[in-house]
Amino acid sequence: MAIYLQTLVNGLMLGALYACLAVGFSLVWGVLNVINMLHGSFIILGGYLTYFAWHAYGIHPVIMLPVVAALMFALGFALQRGLINKVVSAPVLTTLTLTFGLDMILYNAMTYFFTATPRRITLDLGAISLGPITLPVDRLLGTGLALLLTLLLYAVMRGSSIGRAIVAVRMDRMAAELMGIRTDRIYAITFGIGALMAGAAGVVFATIFPITTNVTGIWLGKAFVVCVVGGLGSVPGALVGGLVLGLVESFAGHWFGPQQAMTAGFLLMLVLLLTRPTGLVGVKGYE
Amino acid sequence: MKPLPLYASLVVGLAILAAAPLYGDNYVVRTAAIVAMYGALATSWNFIGGFTGYPSFSTAAFFGLGAYVGALCQRSGVPMVVAWAIASVAVAAFAALLGGILLRLRGHYFAIGSIAVVELCRLIVSSWSSLTGGGDGLNLPLVQGTPEDLMRFFLMVMLVILAASLLVTILVDRSRLGFGLRCIHQNEDAAAMVGVNTTAYKVAAYTLSAVFCAAAGATYASWTGYIDPTDSFQIVLTVKVVVMALLGGAGTILGPAIGAAAFVLLEEVFWANFIDWNRAILGLVIVVLIFFLPGGLLSLRRRLMPGGAA
Repeated sequence: MAIYLQTLVNGLMLGALYACLAVGFSLVWGVLNVINMLHGSFIILGGYLTYFAWHAYGIHPVIMLPVVAALMFALGFALQRGLINKVVSAPVLTTLTLTFGLDMILYNAMTYFFTATPRRITLDLGAISLGPITLPVDRLLGTGLALLLTLLLYAVMRGSSIGRAIVAVRMDRMAAELMGIRTDRIYAITFGIGALMAGAAGVVFATIFPITTNVTGIWLGKAFVVCVVGGLGSVPGALVGGLVLGLVESFAGHWFGPQQAMTAGFLLMLVLLLTRPTGLVGVKGYE
Repeated sequence: MKPLPLYASLVVGLAILAAAPLYGDNYVVRTAAIVAMYGALATSWNFIGGFTGYPSFSTAAFFGLGAYVGALCQRSGVPMVVAWAIASVAVAAFAALLGGILLRLRGHYFAIGSIAVVELCRLIVSSWSSLTGGGDGLNLPLVQGTPEDLMRFFLMVMLVILAASLLVTILVDRSRLGFGLRCIHQNEDAAAMVGVNTTAYKVAAYTLSAVFCAAAGATYASWTGYIDPTDSFQIVLTVKVVVMALLGGAGTILGPAIGAAAFVLLEEVFWANFIDWNRAILGLVIVVLIFFLPGGLLSLRRRLMPGGAA
């Protein structure tokens, strides 16, 4: 029994991280209709910035968080403004290929400057025990941060005028434009937020997982799965998708071995793609 | 393109590749074989991505499965050429089954689903170690002969696959099937309305896009003598093939093969001269392509010669 409880808690903690990882990707896909292949590299870039700030100047990741967020937002905003906006309404083949090309450049630059050696911040915070289950404190902190960030984004989307404008563009671009919303700017801001959330996820991940360019594809794959499972473009969708994926991976890893955890995630995604393409909490017509 | 210039450029192109041993050393012959292989992959993708307009990213799955089926057959004593044939047929059957399920999706969802297929294949092959050797990969029986003879042999095999894929492209282009696929590209609902059996047509295009990839994959496995999951199922390979087809001109007959030749040559130059930055330079090529050459290389001809046959 205790082992199941532990697996459950592990899955939920992992799920919160996945939600944070994918929510930016989901927003960009939902609002811009762009599959952002750069997302995995954005996460790793955020992780590297955090690692080097900690390693070279002793800056704590929590303090680095707003800095990385601001930098990543600027990068995302500029990329969308300068390049992606020009082809944003082209077919998926064009936009996906373009972001893949940009990803190759960013990936190469990161491998060149930082090398592919896995790096990790070890905070050494110990672990706490709650009855039969053990919780490593750094993981708990990461999970808390990830949830906080995701909820913060939710608040921004619900409460701020920018957030409402993004939702309006997502619902009906033409109508939003007629209401005086500058869609080009909203697209750039949305892509900026997508990059920001990826970078922030990278800050959290740097304290839990090894940071190396080799894993950009793995994180991108997780973002795919979370989006399809939860439904596109909404924060609750990403949260549900993330938690489901975390639990599925955790239990699949427990029953069939860690090798099968990823396979289970992708299988779940394919099944949901075919049976319920709007995702578990998606709204029809929003896909 | 009018029939005569089309056949002429087809024959000239294949002849240039086939004659590589006459004018070049082993490196040139190897490059020609790589051009022929990618030419076949890009021409295959064209059936589903170019004619039908479905953003398929499953090329690497077909290539990798072809390599593995071929390798497993050869290891159990099946003669090499028969193993290649078995791999092609088996993967074509797999693609037909998969297509029946996956092609119900459209647009972004189809793109993601087809990428997921590559990842799933890689994960399953690497975890099924009893059959596939897992992450350690598989060794294939070595082909006897001098390096020069081997390279020439595999160049010829790749050329045969390329020529076959181009021939089928021409046949499809002129048939009811090609017409139906173009209808689906323009408006799938309208095509279904006027009586095109869209499901059957799409599955046919998807299967055609798999069969030559599998043949190329199985041949590649025999050529290198060793395969492993990471190398056989690469997302980069999938996207590279799509870029080649876009570079040459998706939906045209010769465009994808021309794009593949141009891309491979560029890649060779970058590998040789900018070893640290070759990936970034390829990325840059993609970005430039999307912005300045959205119609592919073949569209240049139309732009340079107004009124020329397109």
